[in-house]
Amino acid sequence: MAIEVRIPTILRTYTGGAKEVEGTGSTLGELIDDLEARHAGLQARLIDSGQLRRFVNVYLNDEDVRFLSGLQTPVKDGDTVTVLPAVAGG
Amino acid sequence: MLTISRDLYDKIVAHARKDHPDEACGVLAGPAGSDHPERFIPMENAERSPTFYRFDSTEQFKVWREMDDRDEEPVVIYHSHTATEAYPSRTDISYASEPNAHYVLVSTRDPDRAEFRSYRILDGQVDEEPVSVTE
Repeated sequence: MAIEVRIPTILRTYTGGAKEVEGTGSTLGELIDDLEARHAGLQARLIDSGQLRRFVNVYLNDEDVRFLSGLQTPVKDGDTVTVLPAVAGG
Repeated sequence: MLTISRDLYDKIVAHARKDHPDEACGVLAGPAGSDHPERFIPMENAERSPTFYRFDSTEQFKVWREMDDRDEEPVVIYHSHTATEAYPSRTDISYASEPNAHYVLVSTRDPDRAEFRSYRILDGQVDEEPVSVTE
């Protein structure tokens, strides 16, 4: 079972420069746990105190997972998860 | 150094003026690796605020996917300050997450004269750079 995960430039230091990695899991949270096993430190950039970080956008296929079930969002083989840091400021 | 056409420069300033007193924001896309801005992409400020901006997450996804399909990258990320100088704030610095982009700040605090300045922001460090406008 493989889920493709697209990694933004700024997080490629955790993936040895790779812009795409693969992982497994039945929910987004499990997928991120799985990625952490091979890309130590990536999880902390995505999750803080058990929640997805506010200024990181994570999409399951074309949808922002905030509009789905966040870390509980079910994922499956063939899905694509995309991570994009939010563009924001003041 | 940021090299930008007069046309794109004017479009950014016009966008900032139009959205004043809310902060305006957007992207100039260009061919990946070229450092050459070509395509003007004004974005919705989902915060609609005079002191904060944020790209709508769904719109950002579409724009980033389209740039990827076209082998482009965000060469410039711009936003405006409506009452303060055209210099990155602490939040601008902490949220800057495109290491290859030029961060352009426009200030619309003066109705007669827009300030337009450009910066590289990497690992919390801000370096201003000259702007060369080509006719």
